[in-house]
Amino acid sequence: MAGETLKHSAIFGPIVQAGQCLLFLFRMLGGLRPQSEQILSILQQTYLIGARSLVIIMICGFFVGMVLSLQAINALEQFGASDQVSLLVGKSLFRELGPVLTALLFAGRAGTSITAEIGLMKATNQIEAMELMAIDPVQRIALPRFAAGLISVPLLTAMFNALAILGSVVFAIGVMGLDAGVYWSKLQTGVYFGKDFLGGVYKSIVFGGTVSLVAVYFGYSARPTGAGVGTATTNTVVLSSVLILIFDFIMTSYMT
Amino acid sequence: MERNAQGQTSNKEPVIRVRDLVFRRGPKTILDGISLDIYPGSIVAFMGPSGVGKTTILRLISGQLQPDSGSVEVNRQDVARMSASELQRFRRNIGVLLQDGALFTDLTVFENIATPVREHTDLPEPLIRRLVMSKLSAVGLGGVEDRMPHELSGGMARRVAFARAVVLDPSIMLYDEPLTGLDPIAVSTIRTLMRETNDALGLTSLVVTHNVAQMRQLVDYCFIISQGRIAGAGHPDELGASTDPAVDQFMNGKVEGPIPFHYQPSGADWGLLD
Repeated sequence: MAGETLKHSAIFGPIVQAGQCLLFLFRMLGGLRPQSEQILSILQQTYLIGARSLVIIMICGFFVGMVLSLQAINALEQFGASDQVSLLVGKSLFRELGPVLTALLFAGRAGTSITAEIGLMKATNQIEAMELMAIDPVQRIALPRFAAGLISVPLLTAMFNALAILGSVVFAIGVMGLDAGVYWSKLQTGVYFGKDFLGGVYKSIVFGGTVSLVAVYFGYSARPTGAGVGTATTNTVVLSSVLILIFDFIMTSYMT
Repeated sequence: MERNAQGQTSNKEPVIRVRDLVFRRGPKTILDGISLDIYPGSIVAFMGPSGVGKTTILRLISGQLQPDSGSVEVNRQDVARMSASELQRFRRNIGVLLQDGALFTDLTVFENIATPVREHTDLPEPLIRRLVMSKLSAVGLGGVEDRMPHELSGGMARRVAFARAVVLDPSIMLYDEPLTGLDPIAVSTIRTLMRETNDALGLTSLVVTHNVAQMRQLVDYCFIISQGRIAGAGHPDELGASTDPAVDQFMNGKVEGPIPFHYQPSGADWGLLD
């Protein structure tokens, strides 16, 4: 009872929830086994939530690259430095926009579906049935989805970056007529593998873990009603987005 | 109060022994000192109005809930004192059919039935296939193994859930409103499956329901739960003629009686309505 009261208190509620979420994470990781069935389940979920998010990620990446080039050329033109566009696009993409926008899109596309799916499983007694069959639903349902999110987001970020660079090339070279050699050489010499590219990869791993953990936790702790599942889905998007931006600032301030 | 499902099995040891069971949810007492014995081979029903704590009894027997006091023993083992691993072993020996079947919506019919087998045995794939197909055929649904649950009718889904519940040959079956929401043909089919499986495999079956008519043709013994206690026990036909006011009201569907029409929240001053 005391725990329930604390959970609903405005001050302690978020702390209690965060603690429960962490315990949930440990419970999931405790169930990690090198079994072929579990690996197969993770790969299946990676396909369902990762590969099926590819189209939206690629379309958004392409247009982000184009609009970034457009804005950069407009601004740099005033200083006669429009040939630096690939440097600006590359650094901002690999360091910030790629990981952050991919994670936000992933939260909207896959995070919501994970929460809704697990919440509905709870509402239709599938989770209870699993417990009664002596099958741990955290290992069977939550863990594969969490692991799949952790694997998918860095891969999707790489795809987002690649398509954004393509969009930038199409606009800067194809439309604005910038020199292709200058574009690629600035990108190659100005964007560093360790600081820029790997920095973005580290961020995307953290974001992938955050979104997936939030999604499975809210799904698993959703009230088993239509309204409860709806609220949990909304909470997933809101909390994931806020946490992505907070963690982005913290990581950036340590990396630079 | 102690009631025994003695009808035809009085010389046997009870499979399930419940003593002075008390369960509270917040300030409200759901079960208030229930004691009963359930004997092997019988189909026993827990009946009573909605929200009276029938499903709570099943959850206490399956170890999903812990009693505030009293005990639930299954095969002489106190369920509340079982360790996590003992509880896992115990649950492998019970089959459960929930109200809406609770089939896993992301798996095919075949995978639904195969899930407990894969989880708890090391049987090779050809044997799993043979086992699943034999259970599907036993419930009259050979040929639907590749369908998804949403492609099945309510009655078919319930039969698939039944096949999944018995696939590991449990010794105890728990049914939570197994016939609710089904058409008359599906009701008869599930009821026949429950009876035949119980008798053929020598199971002990516990059924939670509020449908008196459906249970008359199925169960051997019946407990009527009212206000946290056992108000009556016996065969449904005997209970229909009971002079106990609560049992008479429930079995014969009367509006007037000790089971109140108005909801009574704990702590409210109901004198205002008098």
